[in-house]
Amino acid sequence: MTRKQQRLALIGGGLGVLAVAVALMLNAFRDSIVFFNSPSDVAENHVGPGTRIRLGGMVKDGSLVRGNNLVVRFEVTDGKSELPVRYQGVLPDLFREGQGVVAEGTFDGSGTFDADTILAKHDETYMPREVADALKKSGHWKDDYAQRAAMPIGGGNK
Amino acid sequence: MIPEIGHFALMLALSLALIQGIMPIVGTRTNDIALMSIAAPAAVAQFAFVAIAFIALGVCYVTSDFSVLNVYENSNSQMPLIYRLTSIWGNHEGSMMLWVSILTFFGALVAVFGTNLPVVLKANALAVQAWIAAAFHLFILMTSNPFVRIPDAPFEGRDLNPILQDPGLAFHPPMLYLGYVGFSIAFSFAIAALLEGRIDAAWARWVRPWVLVAWMCLTVGIAGGSYWAYYELGWGGFWFWDPVENASLMPWLAGTALLHSAVVMEKRGALKVWTILLAILTFSLSLIGTFLVRSGVLTSVHAFATDPRRGVFILAILVVFIGGALALYAWRAPLLKQGGLFAPISREGALVFNNLFLTTACATVFVGTLYPLALEALTGDKISVGPPFFNATFGPLFIPLMAAMPFGPLLAWKRGDILGVAQRLIAAALLAALAVAASFALERRGPHLAPFGVGIAIFVMAGAVTDIAERTMILRVPFRAALRRALGLPRSAWGTAFAHFGIGVTLLGIVAVTAWGSERIAEVRPGGSLDIAHYRLTFDGVFSRAGSNYQDVVGHFTVRRTNGELIGVMEPSRRTFPARNMSTTEAALMSRGASQLYLSLGDPNPDGTVPVRLYFKPNVLMIWLGALIMFFGGGLSLSDRRLRVGAPRPAKARDKPRATLQPAE
Repeated sequence: MTRKQQRLALIGGGLGVLAVAVALMLNAFRDSIVFFNSPSDVAENHVGPGTRIRLGGMVKDGSLVRGNNLVVRFEVTDGKSELPVRYQGVLPDLFREGQGVVAEGTFDGSGTFDADTILAKHDETYMPREVADALKKSGHWKDDYAQRAAMPIGGGNK
Repeated sequence: MIPEIGHFALMLALSLALIQGIMPIVGTRTNDIALMSIAAPAAVAQFAFVAIAFIALGVCYVTSDFSVLNVYENSNSQMPLIYRLTSIWGNHEGSMMLWVSILTFFGALVAVFGTNLPVVLKANALAVQAWIAAAFHLFILMTSNPFVRIPDAPFEGRDLNPILQDPGLAFHPPMLYLGYVGFSIAFSFAIAALLEGRIDAAWARWVRPWVLVAWMCLTVGIAGGSYWAYYELGWGGFWFWDPVENASLMPWLAGTALLHSAVVMEKRGALKVWTILLAILTFSLSLIGTFLVRSGVLTSVHAFATDPRRGVFILAILVVFIGGALALYAWRAPLLKQGGLFAPISREGALVFNNLFLTTACATVFVGTLYPLALEALTGDKISVGPPFFNATFGPLFIPLMAAMPFGPLLAWKRGDILGVAQRLIAAALLAALAVAASFALERRGPHLAPFGVGIAIFVMAGAVTDIAERTMILRVPFRAALRRALGLPRSAWGTAFAHFGIGVTLLGIVAVTAWGSERIAEVRPGGSLDIAHYRLTFDGVFSRAGSNYQDVVGHFTVRRTNGELIGVMEPSRRTFPARNMSTTEAALMSRGASQLYLSLGDPNPDGTVPVRLYFKPNVLMIWLGALIMFFGGGLSLSDRRLRVGAPRPAKARDKPRATLQPAE
């Protein structure tokens, strides 16, 4: 095998593997991408039942209802509009009313968001970035959120 | 006083880094030995000053000096000593201190142990190392100074984030950083070779031990982080394809590829240009990982703070180093001489195959991790790319890699005999087929592909054993002779076999736990019980218990076999930390062989019932056991006399009789 043939074989092999990888990625991108939506976005983007999304916003104060069999219902709001969410399971440690939440799942026929995952976040000063952006967009970003979000655990130069 | 000493020491380290970065390069250009030899003592002194700064910060933490902002925000006088120590790096500023400490530590090691290096290569490599260090010193001093004081010192600190108050913090970040930063040595050597425009097989022999050390640390660092997340987050996942995890996986994949391509370069002088590129890419991925984690572009447990200035600064470091290195590569790489030829079916060919698949798998992880960021920057759409994406791309690329793994070490250099190798692997393949059949027979649940996963894992393990069996000829010569051969084998051969075996073990654990794990989520009342796999757990009630700086609400569960035999108790708890008004879930784990029962509590309801998650995780411990075996294999390989740092070249006369005993490598 000459040097030229060897190089051609290497490049050919490399391109082959790369092509397979690209095909795999394009295929996976078609099926497994999940878009983030705030409650206002849901109406705007016409998210239909069965489409998997991430829904983010604040857990509305006083909306949390615990049912039997670990079923919980609550409402997610971005200040403009709100949507009912249903979840069955154990809520993450830092799930509280009046705090940011991101839920992943689909809408059922009646317009309730059926969440199968509530994202676990682990810091009481933490506001999911997507939620913060959504609240800013809807004009309901309050200063105390900003203060909480801007007070990083790590601190900074004063 | 002490924080000021630390601050000052860090500034001195920066000035030393600048000297170390400039003088030796000037020396190599003007052929001035005196200037070149500044590099080594400067590297040692730089490490000494960084060590002083790090220790100063440590003293502030241990003595709970809350006049230091960083200590105030991340520590508490009630915390046990071990957590006061580990909280040094449980925050952004401190973890950057750890990063530069390790970086300069490696620099000092090269300076001290690199006595047999060519003068020019050493001077250039240490200078490049100093540039990296200088950039990070500057980053700390300008944006993340841990020594900032508060005018009115508070009486008590704000406590460390409870999720980090865990022995895992003592182990995971330092190991991970040893890995990340260890690859900087390979990077510096690569740049030094490009600067000099000369590279030979010896380069690979000098660089390989460093790559190996970094790879070993990164392997156990990732595994440790995975185990920590598994028991701490309360839902029993061992890998989440979280961007931050991907940030550590990418350098691991590239580093593994580098480790293998350096073998080809050392033994056969081929793949030089590619190895240099991999060395650059591996450390670049480490830098990208640091950027992703430290800049706060990604939000996750690991993002301690989000300060745009830091993000921009690290981005600048990234652009300068990666851009500069790749530009230099494009300019100088064509100067490097080509190496030896080899047939596609050969040891080299197998290692190229390994490199192709590892780097491609790394590229898919890279795309999956950065695509959401790119899309948001371009269109404003917020998306998440989750486990399904990675399972659908990474998995299919890893299967051929695993299946080919046993063939590699058995193939001869230059031109291999694939049929001969296949014959020697028949026993391993039969064993694998048997495992597939057995898993089908034993487990009717789960995905149909899972038994084949078990088959591949067994094939990989049996392949590693076959490799050793072939080298020692254990079944063909008398046992004593085989034992002698086994002792005479180079340690790196044993290292390869162990590391490959470890991969198989990890794979077996991953397949078993994903395919056949079971889960129960339920509310139990005192006296009630839950069944899972072959076990029955009875809930006896809740009680509370006080810890050093927390309060536990503990659930008491008795575990029996389904036939009634008592096995033990499990006590999961909810832990509340008053200093931050936060609570965490402390899962209870019970190991049964390599399998585990995993139990975590939700918040108890007013009516006395408690929500629980109960998992049975078959063979889960194998995932991390495999990583330990890989670490051990790496260690064996590192102790190979050929790689022992500073070891004299073996005398030819002594080497010859051994060489005749060994099969062709």
